[in-house]
Amino acid sequence: MKFPATNKCSESAYAMQMKFFGKSRGADRTAIRKKRIKVKLHSFSFRARTFHRRFKFTSSILKNMRAPLLVFNDKGIYCEQADVYLDPWKPVTNAIITHGHADHSRYGHRNYVTHHTNVPIIRHRLGEISVTGKDWNETFTVNGVKFSLHPAGHIIGSAQVRVEYKGEVWVFTGDYKTEDDGIAVPYEVVKCDTFITECTFGLPAFNWLPQSEVFADINNWWTENQAEGKTSVLFGYSLGKAQRLLKHIDPAIGRIYTHGAIENMTEVIRPMVDLPPTIRVTRETKKEDLAGSIVLAPPSAHGSVWLRKMTPFVTGVASGWMAFRGARARRAVDRGFVLSDHCDWYGLLNSIKATGAERIIATHGYSDIFARYLRELGYDARTAQTQYEGETAELEQINPEDEVA
Amino acid sequence: MKDFAQLIKTLDSSNKTSVKVDALTDYFRKASDTDKVWTIALLSHRRPPRPVNTTLLRLWANELANIPMWLFEESYHIVGDLAETIALVIPTTSDQTDKSLTEFLQEIILLKKKTDAEKHDYLHENWLALNYYERLVFTKLITGSFRIGVSQKLMTRALSKAVDVAEDLLAHKLMGNWDPETVTFDALVLTESETDQRSRPYPFYLAYALEGEVAALGNPEDWSIEHKWDGIRAQIIVRNNELYVWSRGEELVTDKYPEFNAFIGIVPNGTVIDGEILPFPEGQIGTFNDLQTRIGRKTISAALLQKTPVIVKAYDLLEWEGKDIRNLPYEMRRNLLEQLIESKLAENLPLHLSERVQLSSWEDVATERMRARELHSEGLMLKRNASPYLVGRKKGDWWKWKIEPLTIDAVLTYAMRGHGRRSNLFTDYTFALWQEDENGERELVTFAKAYSGLTDAEFRKVDDWIKKNTLERFGPVRSVTPVLVFEIGFEGIAFSKRHKSGIATRFPRILRWRHDKKIDEANTLDDLKNMIPT
Repeated sequence: MKFPATNKCSESAYAMQMKFFGKSRGADRTAIRKKRIKVKLHSFSFRARTFHRRFKFTSSILKNMRAPLLVFNDKGIYCEQADVYLDPWKPVTNAIITHGHADHSRYGHRNYVTHHTNVPIIRHRLGEISVTGKDWNETFTVNGVKFSLHPAGHIIGSAQVRVEYKGEVWVFTGDYKTEDDGIAVPYEVVKCDTFITECTFGLPAFNWLPQSEVFADINNWWTENQAEGKTSVLFGYSLGKAQRLLKHIDPAIGRIYTHGAIENMTEVIRPMVDLPPTIRVTRETKKEDLAGSIVLAPPSAHGSVWLRKMTPFVTGVASGWMAFRGARARRAVDRGFVLSDHCDWYGLLNSIKATGAERIIATHGYSDIFARYLRELGYDARTAQTQYEGETAELEQINPEDEVA
Repeated sequence: MKDFAQLIKTLDSSNKTSVKVDALTDYFRKASDTDKVWTIALLSHRRPPRPVNTTLLRLWANELANIPMWLFEESYHIVGDLAETIALVIPTTSDQTDKSLTEFLQEIILLKKKTDAEKHDYLHENWLALNYYERLVFTKLITGSFRIGVSQKLMTRALSKAVDVAEDLLAHKLMGNWDPETVTFDALVLTESETDQRSRPYPFYLAYALEGEVAALGNPEDWSIEHKWDGIRAQIIVRNNELYVWSRGEELVTDKYPEFNAFIGIVPNGTVIDGEILPFPEGQIGTFNDLQTRIGRKTISAALLQKTPVIVKAYDLLEWEGKDIRNLPYEMRRNLLEQLIESKLAENLPLHLSERVQLSSWEDVATERMRARELHSEGLMLKRNASPYLVGRKKGDWWKWKIEPLTIDAVLTYAMRGHGRRSNLFTDYTFALWQEDENGERELVTFAKAYSGLTDAEFRKVDDWIKKNTLERFGPVRSVTPVLVFEIGFEGIAFSKRHKSGIATRFPRILRWRHDKKIDEANTLDDLKNMIPT
């Protein structure tokens, strides 16, 4: 990965901040107050780091003495130097958003910055907001802190956020997966010192099969149901999973119907991705037409009155949680397909290794267990409490976003 | 093995009975005779003895997974099933095997006698030669726990369709002692042989809980009313001067209850009695807690026999003078049973009659039900006088009318993840009650565990709450901030030395979540003690 060596803009940091995020004077003053002390410590630690193999211990002490570049507070992941939050869960002034899922992009921030392909998605979800779209690898500097977005491969427009300040690099993954799903720009390794990683499926029990095998299963399932004159109802998130399913189910088998929530989201994404035609299920949709077709629906539609029209139907869920027989039984669907937009066990471990990071912060998922294992592997790993949900909503809860339409 | 694993996958992935029956029927039509016998055996809880203990199994599986042992254990607590955890963490290779289910089972039976090194190599070789589902099934064959959501009844229905033998007849044929290693499919399912039948019990007839108003059952004179005894449902068989005692779980428990050996020579050959084994200390019916001291003991000491003898409270007669009389009306079967027990012969036997209570109105029946706790019964059984003895759980002729449970409000203090369909959810809870010491200080004392009673949605809410309110972790167990109050129901209560609270409750379960109560309003241990009948 290459990053611009110097700041693209010559404007002052304060002006930059004004431009990208609007005013935020208080934090700026605090930042300046602390600046001098930080600079001193930083140069010291920087020198130490060049010998870090030999002086790893000293180096880590020095790094810890300096205030961390990113901290976890009650609102989100915060960069004090720039007064910028990453995926905050409470309203803030400046928010960098990794992707469009509801637990990462919330209402009420004054300024949103995100990848440009995510702009129409969060506009669709959040309405008229003040949002700036960025390109991959495009650096934008706020008060000396260099930010850039890099593909996370989770869903369309999903990004990792790279944060660099005085030679130190942190990366926040948001949600990510290593397999190329054919829609999202594939995950890219970003070298860093500190890696803040999700670990939704951070257990050795999770090992995904290649998606080609899963989709072969799904297409077979649809064909079999069709032969019996039944409608195949497949549940998945309306943003991300639904389009991934759409991209890879075989339209030659039959008609593809969608629930309103999925159809609306898909309309937003169509200009950016080539997807097969779909038909929205409406009051006028005829039962005879549904027979033998596949219907994509959000998880919240499971067990709803809306499904009655599809009778006789067979249900399926596509989620990483379907790896567990118990979860499958609890979800009470006819068929579980193990398909996730998150990393599996080796996906996480290999990504972490590839970043070259020494310090790992595990967020949502089996974070305690995962961080303990990383410590045994020799990483300086800890956990942080966030309000991100990973894929749990797909399994246990009703996704509020899907409740609307 | 491939076909069997595919069958299990299909059974496992559907919640629809029709799909399961069709898959099984299809399998029974195609599989080899020996594979069929083994499949019947596995689905009716007849498994080969466990050849490797689970400690070694974990250790050896973990070698292939190449992770630290603690990580394996954490994964196990989250997955909630040992065989499934093993199948998930071991990598899948491109190796294959075409060994049949029968071959695998024969190897597993022989494995028990091998050395640890041989066992180790056998498991490694086979784990790596199987795909995920085959590995899961193979490991389940080893661990011996084969619960896959298919009842014996369902399996029997599918087999009946495949071989065209009536379901009830088939259910009877599959009862009792038969060895899947030696019996042929022909002998087990298709032909009748006299010698095999000697120990064979009849399928139990099971009652449903009464629905709606009791008066809807019509004329009380058409019904036999008995107390519902709280012991072990059993069939006692005397044939050819031999005794067989079968529990409802189809376990042969003859050796555990030597008292009944006295039946031989007195109760005529060709007799099968259906009844309840009850503890009978000091000539009185005891509590289920008393019976606990007898269950699970392999050798019964003379002292224990003296202290807690058992009797059978007989309520039905299924075979008399060597004839299957299940189709006679209950009234007539009862008359024969009563003649047998009241005859001089049975006078000194541990054979008591479950008396019928003669009542002429449903109001009187309701009053009788209220005496249940005093008599150590669970409530009443209502049986239609004209009813034949059916197979399995059927509605219409037999009803159980249990008394309302005792209840107490307790505080949730510990939680553990559940198993099976509740894996990865905190659904196993420990509850506590208040206890006051001499200084008037109150502390919470654990009194019971409960696993059931909430809806799936409530379990999800509590699970989420537990994750956010964990105080400490002790392996798989979490202590939580004492905040939530639940109403706990239970069937019986007795003093116990084995429990920290000094009290044992029978079948505790959650009745409801008391959102309206703060922990200060939960009950005390003294409240609980006051419920113990004196």
